Amino acid sequence: MSPSFHFSDPKRGKALADAIRILSPPGPFKIVHVCGTHEMAITRNGLRRFLPEKVTLLEGPGCPVCVTPASDIDTAIAIAQAGAILCTYGDMIRVPGSKLSLDEARSQGCDIRTILSAADATAIARETDREVVFFAVGFETTAPMTAVIALDDPPPNLSLLVSHKLIPPALVALLDLPDNRIGAYLAPGHVSTIIGTKPYETWLDSRLVPVVVGGFEPLDILYAIALILRQHRDDLPKVENAYTRAVDREGNSAALKLLDEVFEVADVAWRGIGAIPSSGLRLRQTLAHVNALNRFDVDLPAEQDIIPGCRCSDILTARAVPSDCPLFAKRCTPLSPIGPCMVGAEGACSIWFRYGGERPL
Amino acid sequence: MMPSSSETRITQLHGAGGELMGQLLDRLILPKLGGAGTERIGLRALDDGATIACPSTADGELVLTTDSHVVKPIFFPGGDIGRLAAAGTINDLAVMGAQPIALTLAAIIEEGFPFANLERIIDSFASTIEEAGVQVICGDTKVMPAGDVDGILLNTTGLGIAPHAVSDADLRSGDRVLLTGPIGDHGMALLAAREEFRLTTRLKSDVAPIWTLVSPLLKLRDGAAVHAMKDPTRGGLAAALNEMARKSGKCIEITESAIPMRTTVRGLSDLLGISPLEVANEGKAILVVAAEAAADALHALQQHPLGVDAEIVGTVTDEYPNRVILDTEVGGRRFLDMPLGDPVPRIC
Repeated sequence: MSPSFHFSDPKRGKALADAIRILSPPGPFKIVHVCGTHEMAITRNGLRRFLPEKVTLLEGPGCPVCVTPASDIDTAIAIAQAGAILCTYGDMIRVPGSKLSLDEARSQGCDIRTILSAADATAIARETDREVVFFAVGFETTAPMTAVIALDDPPPNLSLLVSHKLIPPALVALLDLPDNRIGAYLAPGHVSTIIGTKPYETWLDSRLVPVVVGGFEPLDILYAIALILRQHRDDLPKVENAYTRAVDREGNSAALKLLDEVFEVADVAWRGIGAIPSSGLRLRQTLAHVNALNRFDVDLPAEQDIIPGCRCSDILTARAVPSDCPLFAKRCTPLSPIGPCMVGAEGACSIWFRYGGERPL
Repeated sequence: MMPSSSETRITQLHGAGGELMGQLLDRLILPKLGGAGTERIGLRALDDGATIACPSTADGELVLTTDSHVVKPIFFPGGDIGRLAAAGTINDLAVMGAQPIALTLAAIIEEGFPFANLERIIDSFASTIEEAGVQVICGDTKVMPAGDVDGILLNTTGLGIAPHAVSDADLRSGDRVLLTGPIGDHGMALLAAREEFRLTTRLKSDVAPIWTLVSPLLKLRDGAAVHAMKDPTRGGLAAALNEMARKSGKCIEITESAIPMRTTVRGLSDLLGISPLEVANEGKAILVVAAEAAADALHALQQHPLGVDAEIVGTVTDEYPNRVILDTEVGGRRFLDMPLGDPVPRIC
C-alpha cells in the first residue's frame, strides 16, 4: 500500500546513515533547527538514532506560539474581554499568558474562535456587526496570509493584532548568546520557501557556521545533516540548499512583496529569549486603521514569561533538550502544561512527550 | 394527509410504556430484531427478562461484556451508530476468544429524533449481528426530553462462550504480533467527515464484526497458538499495544513499514497532524501468536475477506519492559507511547 517511491525509503536511509557516519566529527558538534515540523519529523521517525555520538540536534525557537510573549496573549485576552470576537490559530488557544490562556478566557465568557485560515477572520467579520480581531502569529510562513487580508478591502469591523516574527534575526541572536556553542543550522524549509536562501547569506555569512535548508521528509533531513557535516569536515561553512524542490535563492517574490507592502520590521520580544533587534513585523502607518492596538485601549505591562523551574528558555535557545528539564513528563505534561513548549503543537516538549523522544534508542 | 408528528418523530410517549411504545416495538424493533433464537423466552416474549440454556462446563467459560456507544455524526462514511454498537460488542467478545451467543440492546433516544433515522439504525444493527450469527434477546427503550441527550445513545451487552478465553496480557518473549488489516480507517474517516475541515475523501470506517475472522485462529495448535488478543478501538494501535505491554511486563517491538495502512489514511494523518496509530479502529484485531504458529495464523487471516491485508508487524521481547518500540520505516527507532487521549472526540 505504500507508494513506489517515498521519502522514508530504508535503502536510501541506510546510504545516508553511512555517509553521516563517515562524516562524523571528532569533537562535540551541535546542530540547531528552528522548526516544529522538523522536530516532529526527527522525533516521529527516530532520526536521532542516525547521529554520530558527538553530534546533537536541538530545536531552538521553532515553535511560533511558544515564542509569542505572554504580554501579547494578555493583550489578546484584554481585547476579547472588551467585547471583540478574537480569532486565532488553534495552536495558540491553550498557551498560557501571564494569568490566563485564551482557552481559559473563553471559558470565562470571551468570544474566542479558532480558525484554520486568516481568510476565515474576514468571513466572520462580514457576518457580524461586532468588532472582530485577528490575532496574527507565526513566522514568515503565515505572515503573507495576514498581509492578504490587510490589503484585501477588510470589512470595517475587522482589525489585526500582529505578533509575527522573523527567523534569520533569531538565528543570529542565538549565535551571539554566551555559552551557546552552535555548530550549524538546519534552516527551516517552510520559512525558506517564502524568504529564499539569500537572507541567510546576508545575516549569517559573517558568522561562519554551516547553514543548510532542509525539507521535512526523513530523507530530506538526513541529507541536510550529511551536508552540514561535510561543510564542517571541510571547514567551509556556507549557505546550502538541500530542499531544492521547494526552495530557491530568491524566495516567493509575490509573498515578499505583500509582506513589504503591509509590514515594517521592528524590534520585538521573544518569549523565553528576550528582545531581538529587527526580529518582528508590525503594520505600516498606512494601515494604522486596521491595527487593533489603535482601536482598543489595552496598554499592558510586560509580564513574566516563564515560570521559575521551567526550562523553556533554555529549550527555546537550544541550550537544553526537553528531558533535561526536571518538570518534563512529571509535573509538566500536555494535559497540565507548565511552560509554552509543552503546549504548542510544535513545541519541543510537546513533541517529545507525544512521540517518545525521551532518549535516542 | 400529512403524517402526524408521532409517526415521523420520536415523542416522550414512545418511551412511556404505553400504547405508543407498543407500536414502536411492533413496527420497528420486533420485525427486525425478533428473529427466532434458541432461547425459550426471548425478545418476542417481551417478558421482564430472557432465558438462555445453561451451557456445560466442558464448553469452556461464559464471557460477558458491555459497552455504551455515542458517535458524532450518527451516520458516518461506512457505517452508523447501529453497526458500531453491534460490531463493538461482538468484537469485544471475539478478542476474548468468545463466540457471541446473545446480545441486549438498550436505546436512549432524544425526543424529536426522526423515526426514519431510528429505522435505519435498527436495520443496520440487525444486518450487522446477522453477519456474526447472533440474536438480540432483550432490550430497553427510553426517551429523554429534547436537549437531555444528543440524538441517540445505544448500550449493548454481549454474552459469549469461549472454549479457551484469551486475555490481552499473556504475551511471551518471542511471540509475533499480527494485525488483521489496515489501521486508522474509522478514526480518520470520521475526522474527515467533520464539517469544519471541508474535506472530500472516499475513506470509509472499517466498522465490522470480526468473530468469523478470528475464530479459525483459535483452533490452531489445539487452541494454543493465540496467546493474546485486543481490538485497537479508542486510542488506536498505540493505546492497545501499550496496554498489552504494561499488563504483561513485556516489550513490544513494531516494524512501522509492516503496519498495513491506506494511502488516504497516511495522507489525512499528515494533513491533520494526527497520528494514524492513535485513532480508533472498529473492525480490527491485534493478535499475539506463538512464533512457530505465526505463518499459519497469517495465512488463516488472509483467507477471510476482512483479513486479506493482514500482516505480521512485530515481536514480543524483554528489551524495554512495559514499553512499545517503533522501528521507523527510514531506519530510525523510538518509543511509541500511550496517547494522552483520543485525538478525535466522541467517535466511538
